[in-house]
Amino acid sequence: MSEPVIANLNLAAASAEIFMVSAICVILLVDVFLSERSRWVTYALSLLALVGVACVTVSNGVDGRVSAFDGSFVADPLGDLLKLFAYGTVAVAFMYSHDYLRRRGLFKGEYFILGLTALLGIMVMISAGSLITVYLGVELLSLSLYAMVAFDRDSGVAAESAMKYFVLGAIASGTLLYGFSIVYGLTGTLQLDELAVAVREVGADKLGLIFGLAFIIAGVAFKFGAVPFHMWVPDVYHGAPTPVTLFIGTAPKIASYILAIRVLAEGLDAMVATWQSMLIALAVLSMIIGNVVAIAQTNLKRMLAYSTISHVGFILLGILAGTAEGYRASLFYTLAYVIMAIGSFGMILLLSRAGFEADRIDDFRGLNRKSPWFAAMMMMLMFSTAGVPPFVGFWAKIAVLGAIVDVGLVWLAAVAVVLSVVAAFYYLRVVKVMYFDEPTDSVAVEGGGTVRALLTLNGLAVLVLGIFPGALIDLCARALP
Amino acid sequence: MTITEILFYAFSAVLVVAALGVITARNPVHAALFLVFAFFNSAIIWLLLEAEFLAIVLVLVYVGAVMVLFLFVVMMLDVDVAKMREGFTRYAPLGIIIAVLVVVEIGSVVWVKQLEGISEAAVTVTPDGYSNTRALGELLYTKYLYPFELAAVLLLLAIVAAIVLTMRQRTGLKAQDVAAQVSVRARDRIRIVKMDAEKEVATPPESQSPGSQP
Repeated sequence: MSEPVIANLNLAAASAEIFMVSAICVILLVDVFLSERSRWVTYALSLLALVGVACVTVSNGVDGRVSAFDGSFVADPLGDLLKLFAYGTVAVAFMYSHDYLRRRGLFKGEYFILGLTALLGIMVMISAGSLITVYLGVELLSLSLYAMVAFDRDSGVAAESAMKYFVLGAIASGTLLYGFSIVYGLTGTLQLDELAVAVREVGADKLGLIFGLAFIIAGVAFKFGAVPFHMWVPDVYHGAPTPVTLFIGTAPKIASYILAIRVLAEGLDAMVATWQSMLIALAVLSMIIGNVVAIAQTNLKRMLAYSTISHVGFILLGILAGTAEGYRASLFYTLAYVIMAIGSFGMILLLSRAGFEADRIDDFRGLNRKSPWFAAMMMMLMFSTAGVPPFVGFWAKIAVLGAIVDVGLVWLAAVAVVLSVVAAFYYLRVVKVMYFDEPTDSVAVEGGGTVRALLTLNGLAVLVLGIFPGALIDLCARALP
Repeated sequence: MTITEILFYAFSAVLVVAALGVITARNPVHAALFLVFAFFNSAIIWLLLEAEFLAIVLVLVYVGAVMVLFLFVVMMLDVDVAKMREGFTRYAPLGIIIAVLVVVEIGSVVWVKQLEGISEAAVTVTPDGYSNTRALGELLYTKYLYPFELAAVLLLLAIVAAIVLTMRQRTGLKAQDVAAQVSVRARDRIRIVKMDAEKEVATPPESQSPGSQP
């Protein structure tokens, strides 16, 4: 009998993932032997692991498409960019969370370990070359997130939202897997590049394939949090401890974007006409429900949850254009959104104290009196999220709208513009509360030096990227030529 | 009738009896044990079909893990059998419909096969020395190496998540510290005090304590 060989193993291409798994195992072991007092070592090691994995990714950067593990794994410039961005996002999320967790007695090693496994899931999805890999990445990410939401054991709200998230998430994963299995049954291949060819042979308008596609879209939409699969978003954002909300609201958005790109744009690109019409419905509904319901919210975390739903609508707009320009615009939007969202949640963390959660809009009353600098940062973040020039959110919206106008969907662009005007109301309300209302308490802004410095950088990044959007646009263009 | 056929019919008959036992047994524990028995018999039928890997997995996973869990749940929860049987007549029509559907499905497959005619040629005979365990292993460790390793990471994550969510240090808990119990020495528990042998004392009790009297 012949010895089995692994076709195209190419381990070097996957060195970032291998490094990450090893780092997680080491941190997991080190954490066991640490006393409660020296828990900072886990935190430091996690940040070190992120720096290390970034170095590995940069030194293994690729120009073209490189596959490994017999096609299960794919590395390309888009993947490298998204991975580096995801490392940065997770590192910033850890640094924002540090003070908050410490003040609440939640500073445990598992938060960082689960954060890193979630990141590993994102990395796996980014480099997915086959439907199985995509699914395993989704599960790695989701399982970590379920546990993170329920992480604060003493909070009943957190446990409830974790339960909702888990049950709905399990159904969504099942839906996704069911769609994959139908597509596999009809095409006979799991590998995304072979799938693209096989779909053309089978015929993109075959009823069975469309049936499978509908299930896949439902699964993807759930992971995005697009209407009508958005029910979990407000509850989870509201119920989870704020550092976890910050985590869920940022890094997994990168994963959702790449999930849509790998499965829809790469694997099922021949069916673009079909999934375009499905995504139009999702995008329009997301923008309407997200923006209109956000107006009625008094809790900032809930408001940001609905605002996320509406932004997901915008990200979907670029993807549904089905052109390279559209994918680029969506990529730009995703990156810009992550920068803005992480700042907004970071602000809640900055204002929270032990025993006090600054997650109501009223808690921002008169922030300008207490801390003019951070009020200005929050104002920039809110303006940017609303899409006001000259902040980065404006360019993101322009790029996405340009992409759909180019494919002739002018009415859709018009709807999007009208709804972003609606959205401006609730973002500007936060600004109004900060600048024109009297403060309800006179407690000074606490927050450690790291958080202050990061928030300043974050706020300024939104402004600088808005004035000079060329750098980020160039990056996106190089990733998706 | 070859020996294989005899074995097949024997084990199939036992399987059917065991399956009937699952639904007729009054005691839920008996029902679960009947199910274990049914799994064993199906595993043997798979062995006859030369699907030895599936057969072993069925025993290991279903009998070894799933059914043990079932038994735990059945024994730990207070299952009220009488209450469970209350809805029998209400749900019977639904059950009958599903049963008829399953029979029709199986029947249609057999009927279609009959129409086409099952020929010996259609059944590919595996070469001598062919092992499907080896074939599966070769695929898992070559083509599907990456997903296989990822599944392992997923299991690790599940362990971490389960421990995070269930283990917590509660104060005031009287837990055993096994390590401390094992490493205990006699001197930690018993103090040997050297003292003079007791003598018959004639003096009254007041004078026994030497420091009390000046």
